[in-house]
Formats: sequence, structure tokens, C-alpha cells
Amino acid sequence: MGYCPNTPEEIRDMLAVIGASGVADLFAPIPEELRAKSFNLPAGVSEFELMALMREKARQGGTEIVPFIGGGIYDHIIPAAVDHLSGRAEFYTAYTPYQPECAQGTLQALYEYQSAICRLTGMEASNASLYDGGTALAEAALMALRITGRHAVVLDGSVNPLHREVVCGYLASLEAGVCQLPPAGCEVDLAGLMNSITEETAAVIVQHPNFFGSVADLTELAKKAHEQGALLIVSCYPIAMGLLKSPGEMGADIAVGEGQSLGNPLSFGGPYFGFIATRKRFIRNLPGRIVGETVDAQGRRGYVLTLQAREQHIKRHKATSNICSNQSLCALRGLIFVASLGKKGFADLALLNYDKAEYAKSVLGALKGVSLANAAPTFNEFTLKLPKPAAEVVARLLDRGVAAGVPVAGYYPGREDELVVTVTEKRTKAEIDALAARLEEALWN
Amino acid sequence: MELIYEKSVAGRSGVRIPLSDVPKAAPLPEALRRTEAAGFPEVSELDLVRHYTNLSRRNFSVDTNFYPLGSCTMKYNAKVMEQAGALFVDCHPMLALLPGGEKYVQGPLSLVHALEQQLAEITGMDEVTTQPLAGAHGEMTGIMVIAAYHKARGEKRKYVIVPDSSHGTNPASAAMAGYEIITIPTAPYGDMDLDAYRAAMNNEVAAVMMTCPNTLGIFNPHIAEICEIAHQAGALTYYDGANLNAILGKVRPGDVGFDVIHVNLHKTFGTPHGGGGPGSGPVGVKKGLIPYLPTPRVVKNADGSFGVEAHPEGIGRVSDFFGNFGIMVRAYGYITLLGGEGLIEVSEQAVLNANYMMARLKDEYELPFDMTCMHECVFSAARQLKDGVHALDIAKYLIDRGFHPPTVYFPLNVKEAIMIEPTETESKATMDAFIEVMLEAARLTRENPDALHQAPETMPVGRLDETRAARAQQVCCEG
Repeated sequence: MGYCPNTPEEIRDMLAVIGASGVADLFAPIPEELRAKSFNLPAGVSEFELMALMREKARQGGTEIVPFIGGGIYDHIIPAAVDHLSGRAEFYTAYTPYQPECAQGTLQALYEYQSAICRLTGMEASNASLYDGGTALAEAALMALRITGRHAVVLDGSVNPLHREVVCGYLASLEAGVCQLPPAGCEVDLAGLMNSITEETAAVIVQHPNFFGSVADLTELAKKAHEQGALLIVSCYPIAMGLLKSPGEMGADIAVGEGQSLGNPLSFGGPYFGFIATRKRFIRNLPGRIVGETVDAQGRRGYVLTLQAREQHIKRHKATSNICSNQSLCALRGLIFVASLGKKGFADLALLNYDKAEYAKSVLGALKGVSLANAAPTFNEFTLKLPKPAAEVVARLLDRGVAAGVPVAGYYPGREDELVVTVTEKRTKAEIDALAARLEEALWN
Repeated sequence: MELIYEKSVAGRSGVRIPLSDVPKAAPLPEALRRTEAAGFPEVSELDLVRHYTNLSRRNFSVDTNFYPLGSCTMKYNAKVMEQAGALFVDCHPMLALLPGGEKYVQGPLSLVHALEQQLAEITGMDEVTTQPLAGAHGEMTGIMVIAAYHKARGEKRKYVIVPDSSHGTNPASAAMAGYEIITIPTAPYGDMDLDAYRAAMNNEVAAVMMTCPNTLGIFNPHIAEICEIAHQAGALTYYDGANLNAILGKVRPGDVGFDVIHVNLHKTFGTPHGGGGPGSGPVGVKKGLIPYLPTPRVVKNADGSFGVEAHPEGIGRVSDFFGNFGIMVRAYGYITLLGGEGLIEVSEQAVLNANYMMARLKDEYELPFDMTCMHECVFSAARQLKDGVHALDIAKYLIDRGFHPPTVYFPLNVKEAIMIEPTETESKATMDAFIEVMLEAARLTRENPDALHQAPETMPVGRLDETRAARAQQVCCEG
């Protein structure tokens, strides 16, 4: 039943070798009084009944709704080769490459992944992945505390609110200080951030583009942070990096992000992966696994897990992080995704996102009573001001088969009339026009 | 093999992206634009497919090789679970957080809730959160819950106790949650030294973290007493569920006296290991700790529908949504397909296989703790070391013979440790073939130890120079 292959005869033979009369003997070391008091689970089913049950649940999954929502997770194309190649059992059913000679597939792929993340972010050293965007940002903050020996961070209020919650949770455990700055409307408050840096500040943390979709040049912020001995941490949206200045180009010290957009499906919240990359001089402070290049005795090139003296299985409580299993397979999907599109395809994809969103902006922003809330340019997300509470409009449009956006008030109380709208390359002109028509109807009828 | 970047040819294009059906927009201001496109490889789809297919062939995996990696529970991953996971790939998690959005995602929400209930029953806990994204993440979440509990009682405790045989993640996770660590040595009877533990316990200790069966594969008969000693001092008890595969339906940590537990869905509940993740590490707690679970919670409403609720008293958010949902689908499928009886059979067969392995190998390999084991057994290559052969040499020899090596050099309290976990899904025939090679390695050690030092010789690379890798710090290719 449990994919257990041994026949009664084989089990009998094995028990004879052990010298036990039955399987029950093997559990004799467990005192009677410690035995399970209940184990009330229904009888098993076949895989066919299971699939019927799963299909029933999947039918109520909201996939009929056209998503103009993001919030860090985006509905992008995934080339067929990504599923196919990452689904190879040799990748899928292996584990952490502790024995490098029989894991060169995983190790080389992760080395290629690390190289892709460096190229994406304009950085020099990447690890082999973290859990997700929020935890990657938290790990980056911890890394900055270690590097600077300081005990507080300045956190911009236009960083994804879900990620900010994760960062605050991690930092609170270590009693590190977090100075949260409210956004300036929909923009990163660059002046405010610069003024908040003190000699206790380990890092300034910003998102690029920010939660409202706005894009800022962070070069001056990086300079100002460095002048005061602080680091700049930039959480970036990987698809946008096909068009926008990378964190590296702007002088950031640590770049992180949610990797989902790179070839990982929505899958109701995971599995995705977090990426983290930094300058080479900070490599020993990176959390998690790192793959490095080396050679064997015959001079053949190969790859191994390296700088393991940072990690929990060696350093225990003095490790740079507790992370062990990461999101290797999701990172592999990310790598195959960027390799499928290539240098030009990736840049073209970013541009297509930008064009679609600009079109949507022009159509939606022209609706009666609707205006654009962003003062800065945007990438594929933007914020609208509506003449009605956004939550009400969103709930109404859901019933018309469209998720019109994420109401800002859910995360920024008091900003009831604002709505963050996401338009990826998958949204067609017809879908955008239909959204405009339904939005107008919801606002005025 | 060349890197994909080395196969890149300028101007070669891969997969075509969708055509645009909207007008070209005015360009972004130059100051915001990237000056040079990211240097991703330019390869054809066939180049790409060949490259990664050939790379994959340089891996051992459960589907291709016996993989008795101790402490990792490398069991077979049923293919139907992949079919099930694929049904949910288009579900957007943000939909669940929109006003009025819950009613459109009743299927996935009901699955999260059902899995939480299954895990609560299996572990004997009162409530479970699926938010943690891996085992270590579950540990950190669990210890944060414990910290929140003490804080709410106006107590500031400083220490977390771990045995020296614990996984490295235990002390690392407790440290990330803000605690100092007290490590207790292993007694000659194979478990945490009870006297040393008793002496270390006081009202400054927040929790003790135990793995049971421990990393030696031994069930600790004093486990209830250990919990009691902690509780008397006002400390809580944490159960690391890494080895849960040994005791399904036999022992429930909640019944024994544990307050908090994490389980590894990618170990016990049959989800694929993915070359190092994604995993999933749900956390279960006893009633008094429910208020401190992370936000949000998936709840069942009075009318039978499912909703998402903020959990204001809790420790906050530990991951972005509801956890690694795709992994949860597979684990829910696994538990549902096997049912209660099937899960009990899993543990019985896992323990039988490990004891068979132990019985067949113990004449040739030293067994530091010679007693009935649970799901895994730990040998030492101390005897082989006298002839100059290390556990690592035996591991490399196994690779040449087509077997993924067991875990070596862990746990740290066994010299030259060889930790074998066959799991329940392996047949006697597969184990016999592995045992023959292990016995052969022991024979070779006596007759021709150099043969073991040369291994592996059949792989694309031989033993790699790790010192050079650490010194060179070449972690990404130029370009």
C-alpha cells in the first residue's frame, strides 16, 4: 500500500536474519506507555480516486479569474522546456549534492544559476537559493548586521508589506532595530531615507520597483548609505531587470528578490525561490549553500559545495543562517527560464511587460473619475486612484471574472481609494479593454 | 561538460515570446534603464534541451539509484502526486487575500486545512501551520512561537538545550530566534546524558529540542521524563520531526509530552527532494501555544466554507503566503492515498529494512550502539581506518558500484560515521545488492586498501579539490 515492495516471504526471511519473531519485536524499545493514543485516519484510496478528489479541489481554484494582481507574485509565460527539463527525475528525485562526483548535474546547474543571478542583478556572488522573496530580504538584513556590526536597519515603507512583515519578525527575534519610513505617496521617499541613516544603521532596505509599481534611481541613496558606513539592500523584481537598472549598477551591496517570475508557476503561493547576491568581498557572510568551481586530480573541471564553514552542519549555532534545504529545483527552473529566452528574449519580455502596462495605464487612467497615483515612471504595475473604495470595486469585479488589482488599504490603512494594478505580458489587449469596461461599469453603474 | 554560457552564440535565439498586441510605449527615461542587457546564454531550444538533459544524467537520484542517505528519508516519490500538483499551478495566492477573494479559492484553502488536520492527528498536536518552507524554517518558527509564549508570561528566558547528536539546524535555528545554546553530551547508552541534562535545566531555559528516534536511529526510552523535567522548570519541549518516518501510528510526539513539533513533508510524506529543496516544514503546537502561531491562519467557518484570518497575537509572518503549497498538495495526496493503515506499514517496513541492513553489516562494520534501531542505523568505519580506509573512501567506492553513499561523518558524536537509512520503499533484493558491495569494500580494505582510495573512477570527475574551491571562490562565471 505504502509503496512497500517486500513480500510476506521476504519479510519472514529478513526477520530471521535479524532474529526477531515479528515486526512488533522491533518496536519493543518503545515503552508501552508512550504508544500512540489515537491514529484516526481514514482508509487509503487508489491513485485514481485520489485524482478525482484532487480535480474536485482544483476546480475551485479561481483559475477562471483573469488576474491583474501581483503583490510580488506574477502570472508570466513559462516555456514548455522549463517543465520538461526540471521534471527530469535525475534532478527531481536527488537531494543536496553532498557527494559531488555523482551530483555534477545539480552542482553545475546551480553554478550556472548563480552566474545567471549575478548577471541579472549586476552582482559578483550569489548563493544557490533561499526560500522566497520575504525570507531572502530578512536574510539580507541579517547579513548586513553581521557585516557592519551594527544593530538596526532603515526599511522603506514602499517595500512589499508581506516582505516587511517577514523582515520585522526575523529582526525582532534578535532584538535588532527597524526604522520603518512611510512611503511618499507611491514613491520611495529617497530624501527621508537618506535622513534616517545614523551610525547605528546597518542597511537601508528598498524595493525596485516598489510595491506601488514606481521606479526610482537609487544611485544617490547608495552613495549616501556608504558615506555613513551602511549598506544598501535592494529587493528587485527579476523580470523588470530586463529593462531597469540593476541593483549592481546603482551601487547596491546586496540584491535579493522573489524568483517566482522566472519560470515558476503561481501554485497558490509556492514553491518559489528567493535569490540573494552580493559583492565578492561579502561572500563569507552569505547565508545558505554556495557552489564553487574546482578541479579533480586529473585537472578536470568540476563543481562542489564550497565555503561550508559558514553553514549550520559545521558551525551549528554560529552559522550565518539556519537554512539547510533551500529551493534548488525552483532555482533550476529559473535558470532554464532565462536560458530559454536568452539575452535578447529576456530584454524583449521586459519591454513587452512595460508596453502592456503603459497601454493599460492609458486606458484605465482615462476612465471618468480615475487618475494615476504614481508620480514616477512604472514598470508593469501602477496605482490608480478611484472615485470609490477599491476593496468594494475589487469584490464586485471578482464576481465578473476579473481580479482588478490589489487594494492599497489592506496594507496602508486610510488609502481606501487606491488600487495597484498589474499587467504582465500574458494579459491581452482584449482583456485590458474588458477590464476598463468593467471598471467603468463598477464605478458608475 | 561545457557551461551553457560557453555554448552561447551571439544572435542565436531561443523560445519566442508572445507578439505584442498593444502600441509601442514611450521609452522609460534613460537614467532608469539598464545600460547593458543581462548576459543570458543565447542558445537554440535543442541546444538547451540537450544541455540540461545531459547534465541531469550526471546525477544519481532515487529514480535511478538506491539512495540510502541517512537522516534524509530518500523514499520513492509516487508519480500520481506530480499529476495532482500540476492541477493547481495556475491558482494565484493573492486571490485569497483580496476582499471577497476567498470564495474563489475554496479548493486550495480546503486542502491546506485538511493537511493541517491530518498532520495534527498524526503528531498528536492540537493545531498546525503549514507556513514554514523547510525543516529548518519550521524549527525557527517553532522556537519563535516558544519565545512568544514566554514573553506573554512576562518571562525572558535565555537558553535552548540541544543534545550533541542533534542536527546542526537545531542550534542554528534557536540562535536565529535569539537564544544561546547549551549542548548536552551523549551518554554511553546512546542518548542524551540525563544527569547532565537535569543539571543544565533551570528557569532560564526556554526549551529543549529533541529528535526521537535520535540521529543514531535509537528511540530514547527516557523521552517522557525529559519532557517532564523541562515542564517542571517552566521550559517547553520541541520535537524535531526529521525522523518521524520511524514512528507513524506507533508514537505521537504530542502524547509523549512535546509542545511544539515540525515535520518534513519532503522526508516522511514522500515529496521529491528536488536536488536540495523545495521542502516544507509545517509546525504543530499544543493548545496553549495556538495564539502564537504565525499569521495568517486558514480557518473553517461555521457554514463549512474556508477563510483566511489574520492572527494578531502571533509571531507575525514567516513566509509570504500559505507555505510551499505545491509540496503540500503532494503530502496531502500521500497521506490520503496511504490512509492510516498505509502509514503504519510505512514505519514498520522502514524499521524492518534498517534492522535488516544492520544485522547483515554488523560483523564487518563496527556498530557503536548495538541495539535494535528504528528507521536508520549508524556504523563506524573505525575498524577500516586501521587499514587506512576512511568512511569517505567507502562512500566513493559505493558510487563506482552504482549506489548513492549513506550519510558520512554525521552524527558528529560517532567517529567515521556511516549512517544508513534504506526507507520502506526499497526491496530486499536492492538492499542485498548494496550489502554485498559494502561487504566487498570491507574485504578490499584488508586486501587492497588503495583500490578504495582511487574511487570513484567511473564518474565524469574524480574526487574534487575542495580546498582549491574554497580558496578560489569562483562562484559565478565571468561575462
